[in-house]
Amino acid sequence: MSTHVPAGYKWWTGGKSPYNVSYGKLMMWLFLLSDTFTFGALLISYGTIRVSQPYWPDPNHVYNAFPLMGHADLPLAFVSLMTFILIMSSVTMVLAVHEGHKRNRAGVEKWLLWTILGGFMFLGCQAWEWTHLITGSHPVLIDGVVKEIGTTISMNPFGPAVPGLMHDGHQVTVPGPIGFGSFFFGITGFHGFHVFSGVMLNILMYFWTRGGRFDRLGHYEMIEKVGLYWHFVDLVWVFVFLCFYLI
Amino acid sequence: MSNEIVIQHGVSEQEVHEHHEAHHHHETFITKYVFSQDHKMIAKQFLITGMIWAIIGGLMSVLFRLQLGYPDLQLPWLEDIFGHWAKDGKITPEFYYALGTMHGTILIFFVLTAGLTGTFANFLIPFQVGARDMASPFLNMLSYWFFVVASVILMSSLFVQTGPAAGGWTVYPPLSALGDASQGSKIGMDLWLVSLALFVVSSLLGGLNYISTILNMRTKGMTMTRMPLTVWALLFTAILGLLSFPVLFSGFILLLFDRHLGTSFYLSDIVISGTKILPNEGGSPILYQHLFWFLGHPEVYIIILPTFGLVSEVMSINARKPIFGYMAMIASMFAIALLAFLVWAHHMFVTGLNPFLGSVFVLLTLLIAVPSAIKVFNWLTTLWRGSIRFTPGMLFSIGFVSMFISGGLTGIFLGNSTLDLHLHDTYFVIAHFHIVMGVSAFMGMFAGVYHWFPKMYGRYMNNTLGYIHFWVTLVCAYVIFWPMHYEGFAGMPRRYYDYAGWESFKQFVELNRVISFAAILSFLVQLLFVFNFFYSIFKGRKVTSKNPWGANTLEWTTPIRPGHGNWPGEIPEVHRWAYDYGKDGRDFVPQTEPVGKDETSH
Repeated sequence: MSTHVPAGYKWWTGGKSPYNVSYGKLMMWLFLLSDTFTFGALLISYGTIRVSQPYWPDPNHVYNAFPLMGHADLPLAFVSLMTFILIMSSVTMVLAVHEGHKRNRAGVEKWLLWTILGGFMFLGCQAWEWTHLITGSHPVLIDGVVKEIGTTISMNPFGPAVPGLMHDGHQVTVPGPIGFGSFFFGITGFHGFHVFSGVMLNILMYFWTRGGRFDRLGHYEMIEKVGLYWHFVDLVWVFVFLCFYLI
Repeated sequence: MSNEIVIQHGVSEQEVHEHHEAHHHHETFITKYVFSQDHKMIAKQFLITGMIWAIIGGLMSVLFRLQLGYPDLQLPWLEDIFGHWAKDGKITPEFYYALGTMHGTILIFFVLTAGLTGTFANFLIPFQVGARDMASPFLNMLSYWFFVVASVILMSSLFVQTGPAAGGWTVYPPLSALGDASQGSKIGMDLWLVSLALFVVSSLLGGLNYISTILNMRTKGMTMTRMPLTVWALLFTAILGLLSFPVLFSGFILLLFDRHLGTSFYLSDIVISGTKILPNEGGSPILYQHLFWFLGHPEVYIIILPTFGLVSEVMSINARKPIFGYMAMIASMFAIALLAFLVWAHHMFVTGLNPFLGSVFVLLTLLIAVPSAIKVFNWLTTLWRGSIRFTPGMLFSIGFVSMFISGGLTGIFLGNSTLDLHLHDTYFVIAHFHIVMGVSAFMGMFAGVYHWFPKMYGRYMNNTLGYIHFWVTLVCAYVIFWPMHYEGFAGMPRRYYDYAGWESFKQFVELNRVISFAAILSFLVQLLFVFNFFYSIFKGRKVTSKNPWGANTLEWTTPIRPGHGNWPGEIPEVHRWAYDYGKDGRDFVPQTEPVGKDETSH
């Protein structure tokens, strides 16, 4: 079916795809457009609630832990690692798609496995970070009593400091805005669910590749479609990263 | 890379499948009628499911109109049917609110979105662009079955002890977020949210298919500007749904979290039942309204746009004239689709919205009047000096234009924030949106059903019953909704259970009775339509020629009862637009006919 496309070729005259993509790829692009609005709505909601609050915790202070590093203050170090892992998994996905173009089954399998590994590592990092936030308690002054609370969807220990009040060598604060945890867990959770779905799709792709399905079909376009989804989830993370950790 | 590229031809899975298995193609009852992947069958499934929902939703309005028209009436048989929901034969206030909420939800989402778009997008898109089926028949089937699951869940909420969701179809928090706040905010609300979330999935799957089919699968020669306006309208509808439903979905996720996980997205500083202080802090119920209306406003265009297309098509065919201003029609639909995303806050003028922001939304809202008026004038000029055939489909098309004008004009009142302060949440609003998107959309839908019934079932619907259906519906619609404008001007609020206690509204007792009478009558005449529909499937007059209306579009080039794949041979090639009626002395020229040498250009 390879043809030279003459100058002035008319793409919209019917009988062919105007964007020269299969309907499946077109559908994936349209789905991603739709999903952009899902995330867009969530992030804009987060923005409106955040700016309506008189006080918002400093991310450099909240996200400063690293596994096995004890109480060392390493602002954003761990999330940078997570982001790096996810971006590397996009690179390996590109390589899988590239091998698919060459119809090299072994190559596709190899790079899909690396992508799956990257996805799982990211999810593992997220699990660690969530656990650390939920279980890592801080002294907070509630109704005149100092209590140790962690960060959950309905509690937030990262409020303004109470001047001069210390507890076990830690600065005591008042409760922070509840929306902080609600939005953090809500949106990173929703994104994590997307990553999880992507990993599942990639595992499916791996088994289909191994089973020779795409060789029989004559093309590896399905890998490309899942790749589009994977890069999209990666891109969404960049925005989540920006909104929760950097700003 | 060189410019060596593979050109993707518009081929669906279905077509490939047909080629491979043309000789051993056998369908069971299950694959043909239940899990069908044929766009025609899926369209009929959507239509009949929508009709069942319309009867249920319509019956609900009859029940609450009984309360409004005859507040002192006691009907013991109501208690026999509804038990404690109609104690002493009188609808309880909780039941009344639930009825109103479910009536809105069912009619807006399940009938006029799924029932309307699901039917005509599935039926007409592949036919009119010249495709064997939807791009992905499998996802199309899933779309229908997600709709069924959503339906089953919503239906089941009618049977739980605490009743279905109540508090309005918009389910505003904090009322909807707090189970302790009312009966209708308990399990019924969860079922409502889950049902609607599944509905969004169904709508997404359908929309992806509609857009991909229209863009990718047009037959040879079918350029975008040769497509019938039905297809254009359905394309814009699908794009609106694709971009607005996900925002509603996000809003629902946050609402479910607030209900069950103790988050504070929409909640702040709440004392419930005068005693219990809730710990929620910092959320905003207004945030929900923004998310809701970002869908909610495009949603009304999702409802009305398909009927724009249906009416244009039916009207042009039955006036035996080309549609007036084809390109202007497309441009206005584009403008409406674009503006649909920029006007949502006109539903929120009384929320304490910044008046300056309000004025921006007033301007954008009033701008919609321009493309709407262009469309109305184009329909009227299409009728002008036409050789009109008054088929039931044509009558409903004309009725649609009448309703759209009447309802559209009151939209200009409501779009002004200053006037809206007075009219907000009154019967004026009820009258406005019922006329402009309720009755109008139904008129358009009926036009479509009467007109394409012969293509769906190979038989005609009964004309006499059709005429009775049309005239009674038209008269009743005006009798029901016209007086509501006056009630609204007088400040009569919507959603109240009983107006007898208000000195200001006692004058409307008789008027409310007239409205209720007309509402019940119009419900009964819809049952006549339902009878006509099912009777005609089996006993209607048979269609004897391929193209009974003398229409130009491709669906009338298929066999009277087309099989799976629509055309037995090759898909026809298209050489002209869809509206060559009364051209060069010829009554109609089908799209498949090549342009002659000395033919005038349109």
